[in-house]
Amino acid sequence: MKNPYVKPIAWAFAVVMVTLPLWAHHGNAAFDSDKRVTMKGTVTEWFWANPHCFLQFDVKDASGNVVHWVAEGSNPPDMINHGWTKGVLKVGDQITVTVIPVKNGKPIGRIAGVVLPNGQTLDGGFGAPPAPKQ
Amino acid sequence: MPMRLVASVIALAAVAVGAIGARAQDVARQPGAVYDFDKKGEKPAPASKRDLTGVWEPAAGPNGGVQATGAGAMPSDGKPEHELPFTPLGRETFMAHKPTFGVTQVPSALTNDLMPGCNPQGFPRIVLHNFRTSRIIQAPENMVILYEFNKKWRVIWTDGRQLPKNAEEPTWGNPDPPESRWWGYSVGKWADDYTFVAESNGFDDRTWLDNAGRPHSDALHVIEQYRRIDQDHLEMTITIDDPKMYTKPWVAVKLRLRRQAPSFDIREMECAPIETEEYNKQFADPAAGLDSGK
Repeated sequence: MKNPYVKPIAWAFAVVMVTLPLWAHHGNAAFDSDKRVTMKGTVTEWFWANPHCFLQFDVKDASGNVVHWVAEGSNPPDMINHGWTKGVLKVGDQITVTVIPVKNGKPIGRIAGVVLPNGQTLDGGFGAPPAPKQ
Repeated sequence: MPMRLVASVIALAAVAVGAIGARAQDVARQPGAVYDFDKKGEKPAPASKRDLTGVWEPAAGPNGGVQATGAGAMPSDGKPEHELPFTPLGRETFMAHKPTFGVTQVPSALTNDLMPGCNPQGFPRIVLHNFRTSRIIQAPENMVILYEFNKKWRVIWTDGRQLPKNAEEPTWGNPDPPESRWWGYSVGKWADDYTFVAESNGFDDRTWLDNAGRPHSDALHVIEQYRRIDQDHLEMTITIDDPKMYTKPWVAVKLRLRRQAPSFDIREMECAPIETEEYNKQFADPAAGLDSGK
């Protein structure tokens, strides 16, 4: 049955994400900045490093074929300010990832958001971190 | 769309909203150091006289000094008011640069920016690209600034010495031979009890001014002003003066900084070639279509 809430929620999400500034060392030119792809996958590597951390994960497509994705986050100090750690992901973790894909159609993107196995949600580490309570 | 995926989308949207403006969420912070931030109604004490000592962070937050699209006051965004006063040589040099941000941006793998390969960004790019939490140490003969970005430092001499007379063949004087430097030569003095002014020249012209590929020559002269607003705040203003590249001086950034606790441990942010190589191989090159297999 078609869920009447899916479309409005997806649009709201898209609008909100597009407004986020992308403050990376490296440019936006390769990315399809208005597009978002959300998928479930299995972590194969979480690389914690400068200039950018990156996440590798496998996703099964509709035909059951495995597609290997690579998505970058921000640098470690920014990732920490956004709630990430070096050990937050382990090989084999089942996660839901939203990426800003590259324009060339390859399974490569920039992390827009991740839902961890414990249900915790994190953004890609770009832009201002949430401020503490006043 | 399965319901679990719908739930994930909702959760991600909530994160995105939080990242934009929410100030009502406790988040994981740097262990051992909690960021101080401006609070409503606070009235900091007057600043100590002739004192820049401390850990300083952009008052807008840890990322408030990240100027990805070029010098904060004059970003490379195509707006007429941000058009720099290029000389013909300045414009030609700017167009030969291939930055990863700004109006002349290219994909990361196609850039001719030296910095992503862990070459020195030098001064003033460190403050015009990525001014992060920094510590100023004030000694009788100089000011030393320790920058978080790429874990760099520089010295501003306050012992009365003069800037090198010839910026293109810089030296502190005989018997030292002339030597252009990635970080230039810097001297400074107090203009009044709350305003410290530094000047720099003698730069290696292989560096860029900012992340958008704005150029400078070996004639670059940088004026830095640090004005103590009160005990918790410092205003940093950087002015670029380079007659070979620009027809007149221009203010590149004016940034309000917030003092942090002396115990604040500035995080390591080192550019390691082995990590950069892996990032390029796994991510940047395929993203630009430069890999063969993936």
